[in-house]
Amino acid sequence: MEIALIFLSAVFVNNFVLVRFLGICPFMGVSRQIETSLGMGLATTFVMVVASTVSWLIQNFILAPYNLPYLQNVAFILVIASMVQLVEMFINKASPSLYKAMGIFLPLITTNCAILGMALLLVMRSYSFGHSIIFGLGAGVGFTLALVLLAGIREELEFADIPDALKGAGIAFIIAGLLSMAFGGFAGLV
Amino acid sequence: MQVRIRTLVRGLWEDNPVFRLLIGLCPALAVTTAATYGMAMGLATSFVLICSSTIVSLLKNVIPRKVRIPSYIIIIATFVTIVDLVMDAFLPDLHSVLGLFIPLIVVNCLVLGRSEAFASKNTTMASIVDAIGMGIGFTWALTLLGAVREVFGMGTVFGLSVVWDGFVPWTIMSLPPGAFISLGVLVGLLNVIGRRLSERS
Repeated sequence: MEIALIFLSAVFVNNFVLVRFLGICPFMGVSRQIETSLGMGLATTFVMVVASTVSWLIQNFILAPYNLPYLQNVAFILVIASMVQLVEMFINKASPSLYKAMGIFLPLITTNCAILGMALLLVMRSYSFGHSIIFGLGAGVGFTLALVLLAGIREELEFADIPDALKGAGIAFIIAGLLSMAFGGFAGLV
Repeated sequence: MQVRIRTLVRGLWEDNPVFRLLIGLCPALAVTTAATYGMAMGLATSFVLICSSTIVSLLKNVIPRKVRIPSYIIIIATFVTIVDLVMDAFLPDLHSVLGLFIPLIVVNCLVLGRSEAFASKNTTMASIVDAIGMGIGFTWALTLLGAVREVFGMGTVFGLSVVWDGFVPWTIMSLPPGAFISLGVLVGLLNVIGRRLSERS
């Protein structure tokens, strides 16, 4: 039950993008087409699950026992950067076509603040090992959901008559605001 | 000297990180429920930006190209940890409001972006000037966004009441949707102003 609660809360109630404002840069940058946004979302989800596992291990087996909490930022970001590098190399070997499709987005995942944010949050809340992985998965799914929703709306907007000044970023922010309002409706769910 | 001034001014308007380049948006949206918080976040980010740009430009010939990004991240993370601990010690209230977004300066694309795009290719003096310009640009953008949300959401600016009696605050402006909508409208308005200015000159 608690697992379902953590997952649903990360996906809907406290959606990482629309409610917590984490990962806004890729949210605005790669939400022009549903296909690319889905690829980006899946790659990010994968890195999140791996990063949540590894940062839990680092926190509980290295930082906490040796009393080094001030190294948290440095340690986590290094782990995330090397995880992204690993994932990149793995995808390149395992499926070159997928690698080509996601090429440019993969290295960008390092600077997605949703991932470091998730790692810091799971330490702050002292989740257990299993809960951390579920939290990472939920965060990734929530990110993907928000990204694909915005991409779907932006694809339709291509043909709409928008005031010149709002074209591009302006209207995208306003749509994101409306989406965020919709997600506000989940507030009482959990 | 003129080049220096141009570098400095560029971050304020032409290449404003928030309104023009659309980078560093996570803290810009998350902490701007009031002008004070926006300003504090902007100043903290500026400090990290100026320090890390200085160090990166000093070390640009020492760091091998292949490991430059991890090296920049470590330099940035060091200064972020300093800000985090200093704020926690001297400004605990502010630190608890800004919360998660202080450690997240590490992955602020503005800081890493300036290290990669400017400080790693220019002299130390030019990098410091560029970082100051970008820092001021980021700070005023966050302060403006915070002020707009504070006026409509609570009827105050920097904690001082500025509205008539009987004003009903728009609660939505203090909530997440208000952040997105205010930024969208501000980007649109500044586009209009920018276009008018360039037509005139």
